Formats: sequence, C-alpha cells, structure tokens
Amino acid sequence: MSDIIEKIAYCIEFGKINKSSPYPPNMRGEDGADELTKQALDQGTDPDAILNQGMVIGMNRVGKKFSENKIFVPQMLMSAKAMSAGMEHIKPFFQSGSVKRKGVFVLGTVAGDLHDIGKNLVGMMIEGAGWEVIDLGVDVGAQKFVDSIKEHPGCVIGLSALLTTTMVNMESIVEEIRKVSAETKILVGGAPVSDDFCKKIGADNYSSDPQGAVDYLNTLVA
Amino acid sequence: MKYNELSIRNPEDLIFGTAPNPVITGRGLEIGGGLVYPELNFTLPAMKIDAEDIRPVVDHYKEIVQGALERAVDLYSNGVVLEFETLIEMTQHPEIGIELVKQMNAICENFYTNHGLKCEIRLTPNDLREFERPPLQRTSKLLEPMMELFERGAEEGGNLLSIESTGGKEISDDALMMCDMKQFIFSQAVLGVRDMKMLWKKIVDIANKTGVIPGGDTACGFGNTAMVLAEKKYIPKTFAAIARVVTVVRTLVAIEEGAKGPDKDCGYEGPFLKAITGIPISMEGKTAACAHLSPVGNIAAACTDLWSNESVQNIKLLAGMAPTVYLEQLEYDARLMNQAIKGGKADVLQLQKLFVKSDAYYDPQAFVLTPENVIRISEEIVRGGNYIDATKRGCLKALELISNGIQNGSLMHDEKEDEWINILNEDISSIPEKESDFVEMVMPTMDTSKLILSEYGL
Repeated sequence: MSDIIEKIAYCIEFGKINKSSPYPPNMRGEDGADELTKQALDQGTDPDAILNQGMVIGMNRVGKKFSENKIFVPQMLMSAKAMSAGMEHIKPFFQSGSVKRKGVFVLGTVAGDLHDIGKNLVGMMIEGAGWEVIDLGVDVGAQKFVDSIKEHPGCVIGLSALLTTTMVNMESIVEEIRKVSAETKILVGGAPVSDDFCKKIGADNYSSDPQGAVDYLNTLVA
Repeated sequence: MKYNELSIRNPEDLIFGTAPNPVITGRGLEIGGGLVYPELNFTLPAMKIDAEDIRPVVDHYKEIVQGALERAVDLYSNGVVLEFETLIEMTQHPEIGIELVKQMNAICENFYTNHGLKCEIRLTPNDLREFERPPLQRTSKLLEPMMELFERGAEEGGNLLSIESTGGKEISDDALMMCDMKQFIFSQAVLGVRDMKMLWKKIVDIANKTGVIPGGDTACGFGNTAMVLAEKKYIPKTFAAIARVVTVVRTLVAIEEGAKGPDKDCGYEGPFLKAITGIPISMEGKTAACAHLSPVGNIAAACTDLWSNESVQNIKLLAGMAPTVYLEQLEYDARLMNQAIKGGKADVLQLQKLFVKSDAYYDPQAFVLTPENVIRISEEIVRGGNYIDATKRGCLKALELISNGIQNGSLMHDEKEDEWINILNEDISSIPEKESDFVEMVMPTMDTSKLILSEYGL
C-alpha cells in the first residue's frame, strides 16, 4: 500500500474529515480524507485502490474497534463522514465505470414502524464496507422494496423493525419480494427479530448487530 | 418557568409511596398518598392488527386484564393501574383504541364492584406526528385522531391521560448518535419545551372537559433512547446520564400546563419532577427487564409511587400469561415497599438506602438518581432564568456530581468515559441562555431538511 493510501485509511480510521476539522485533536491542521483523496487522484493513483485499499480498510478497522467495544458510535460516524468527504472525489469514477462498488444494498424500516437509529447504523457500516446504500426510510411498504429491486437488479434488501406488531410485516414484504425475485437476498434485523423468525419468514440472514450484516454481505461477494 | 423552588427540599422526604400532591382516581386510588401500587403495561404478541376485524385484538386485551386483575385479587392487592399504551393502529383508527378502553374498563368495573379492587386505566395514545418527516408538530392532521382518542377514550374509562410526545425527535436521534449535546439540548429545551406547551394545553383541556386526570408525559424517546444506546455501548454512559437530566425541563412543561401526575413510567426524569413539583410518579426498574435492559433496576424504586414493568407481550410462560406473571412480580415489589411504609419512616429510608446503594456506584445514570443528587440537580434547575438556563444548570451540576463521585470513589471509574466529562462541560457551558442566540448557534450545524422551525412557533 502506498503512503498516501495508508494515510487515507488512517484519516478514515480516526475520523479526520478535512484540514479544518478539529477532530481528532492530535491531527489538528493536518490534511484529512478530503484533501488526501484529491492529492492521490492528482498524482494518478488508481481510484479503485484509493477506495478498496484505503477507505474501506480504514472503515474495516473502525468497524472492528466498534465490535470490540473500544470506541463509541460518534467516533464511527466521524469515520463515515471522513469517508464521505473522500468519496466525493471518487464519485465521477463510479459513473465512468472505472471503480465499482461491491453491490447495492437497499434498506428500510418496515411499514408501521418509525424507528430508524439501528437501520441508519447498519446502512453506514455497509456503505463503509464498499457497498452502495439506498435508504428507503421508515414506514416502508412492500411495493417500494419491489420497485427498488426492479431499479437495482441484483441488489440485497435489508428490513428493519423494532415492534412486535410491525415485525410481522416483514413476512408479507418477503412474500412480495419472492413473487418478483426469488433469488434476492434479504437481511432482517431489529430488537424483536430472531434467527428463528428469519427462517420462518423465508429471509436469508438475521444479524443482531451491524457488523454481522457487513460480514454476511461480504460473504456474498467473496 | 413556573417553578422556582422545590416542593421537596430534603432528600429524606423524597421517598416511595408519598408525594406532596397525591392524585385520587375515579375508583379511589390515592396515588402518592401512602401506598405504592403496581402499574401493569402490556402489548400484543407478534400479530397483525386488522382494522376490519379487531376481535382477536379485543380478545387479547380482555384476557390480559381479566388474568391480571384475578391475580391482583388473589394477592390482596391495594389497587392496580393498567396502562393502555396504544399500538399505532389503535391511534390511527381511534375507534379501535376507544373500543379497547371500553372493554377493559368494563372488566375493571366488574372487579371494583365484585371484589373492591381499585383499578384504573391510564390511556396513552401514540404521538402520530412522527409519521410525517419533517413532522408538522402544530398543523398536522394527525393530531386529530390523537385528540379524538384522548377525548372519547377518557369518556369510556381512561381515567389517567398520558403520552410519550415526540417534539424535537427529528433532531435528537442524530444528536444522540453523534453525542452532540448542543443539538440534544436544542431538541429538548427549545423544541421539546415549545411542543409540550402546545400539546399539553390540549390534553389538559380534554381532561378537564371529561373529568379525568391529566397524568404526565415522558421523554422515553429521548432519555430512554440514550439509555438503551449506552447499554449497547454505542454512546458513553456519562452522555446518557446527562441526556436524562436534559429531559427534565421539557417534561416539566406538562405539569406547568396542568398535568397532575402520576408522571409516566418510562421517564427516569420522574424523580426530578417529583422533587420540583410534588406530583406522584411512576417508575420502572428491574421488573421492566422484559422490555429493555437498564442500569437502574433497584434505584428506580427509590421514590416511586407506581411501579411499572414498561411493557410485556401477551405470551404464555410456565406460570401463566406474561402480563399476569408481571402483575405478580410488580405486586410483590409493591408489597415490600408498602410493608416498609407501614413500619414507619425509618423502615422506608432503610429500604430506600438498599435500593439506592445497590445501583448508584455502578453507572452514572443510576448515580444521578440518588435522592441526594436528584435534590441537588433539581435545586439548580429551578434557579434557571429560563428553560435553557435551567437545563444548563442542571447538566453542569450533574457533571460536577459525577466528577466528584468518581474522585471520591462513590462512582465506579471507567477510563473509556473519562474524556466525556470535559467534552460535555465545554459543550454545555458554551450554550447561550437566550433562545434566539441558541437557535442561531445550532442551525448551521443541523440538517435543516429534517426540521420545520415554524411548526414550533420559531
């Protein structure tokens, strides 16, 4: 890994967004993910390497620290913001096709349910792992998920619910999705959801935490 | 702010079962009048609610109430509050909620008539405004079914009215995740306060019109969200402890507008409200582990007047249906507290000491709830010149107490939390007391697409 790519990974690991950002305190005044990504591209560094050997590696380190309870969510969010700052420079290469994400992940909190903290965390972690994330929001019915599959063939679906009376809506959403696309992978999560429930409704994976969702998605592209 | 002095000044007077301003319900429960009563909360098992055929839902609720009250009679209970915290469909279609109140109240009346069991329904509709994003806090049509359920539900037997209102939630969730205390305080001391004034005026009017009791609100969606995030180790416990103190002022507004108590269970800001206003409160602790984990299992009971389980599904356990099982657990907890009350003040303080000391050392969220600390923090809150000043003062006092507690060994030291005391101190101290200055400070840091200021009268 080149020096500048390692520096990008480091900035993302420690949430250094740009030169003016005060966080982390020991990097005040130094270039952040924003400036370093631009410099790397100006130097002719392969954007795919910047993404997958720099940014994604940085986010992997953060995800690991978070899973081990060594850092809190705000630190992880700062890392996600640093990654977003760098990604602004990479975006044109997605459009040209010279850089590819691992896949598209469409997620939403199911109909009748407004809870979205857990969903947002999962989306952020998965984006950090190199996936394009499309967040449909809260109170999302089956049709929206079905439409997303048509719009993004091959996407993976994530369903979230926090209530015992809304988790049952996952079942009907899975049914509707299976009618149009039997092969679409569906992840489920949320406080009342369990592995047994996941199997019962015919979803593909249940994870009790965001990192588990990332790990599962990575198996799909391994 | 209406309150500029404490109703309870001495920590030894902040005790369970007794409040300076008790509330007497329709069937004669005197809440805060010298006894602790169980408050049973319940919900459906995993099932769909079909607005076209609500019979399965009605059957569940009737089974819950019948089973729980039978057990209450068998245990010689002094009385029971049943909290009917509606599921979303029951407020969206208020006729469902109203019918359920009617059916449950008929069972309560039967037990009152035939067994002398004093039992009341606390009716807690959902705050539907969250469904619209950004929410239309003042102009939403979704206020209509909420108010219809309050009014017609009160007429059908909802004797205590409560809500977990959501003013400021469009800002607070992100603020909690980012541990942005300025934004969190903005969500509560500015947006929350303004929304509570508008909402509770309406609820109190309905309560007065229908002759029932306006109970109180809870910052469940804010303080408890922080607590659950801290339990998951997503945010620092110190942040969650201060977030709890932040919520006091917004919930206090319900009482300023005419709420009489008991304050609702899932707000651990209740002890502060009791100290400031003298209203009775409901709390939940270890017997609410069926709904969520917490670091305040015992200390939550220190000065409560109702003892709640938060929520349990109507599912079968070995002993019986879960709500019946939880009624029994709550009743035994209440019985223990009531035995202490019977024994006199020394017994009350002895039992309270055990509740307090068994939790306070382990977590700053429990530490801020010791009666001594509640009084110290509340003293600062009522010194505040306005809601923002009151919030700042309360938070800074709480931080000082936490810091002192760590230094003198009365609060467990966690290295990972260390830096947060200073971070929070700096952040809170920098907040201007004038509301317009505060708005000007935070607006550039927020995702303004999520918030409509005019919906808060700003």
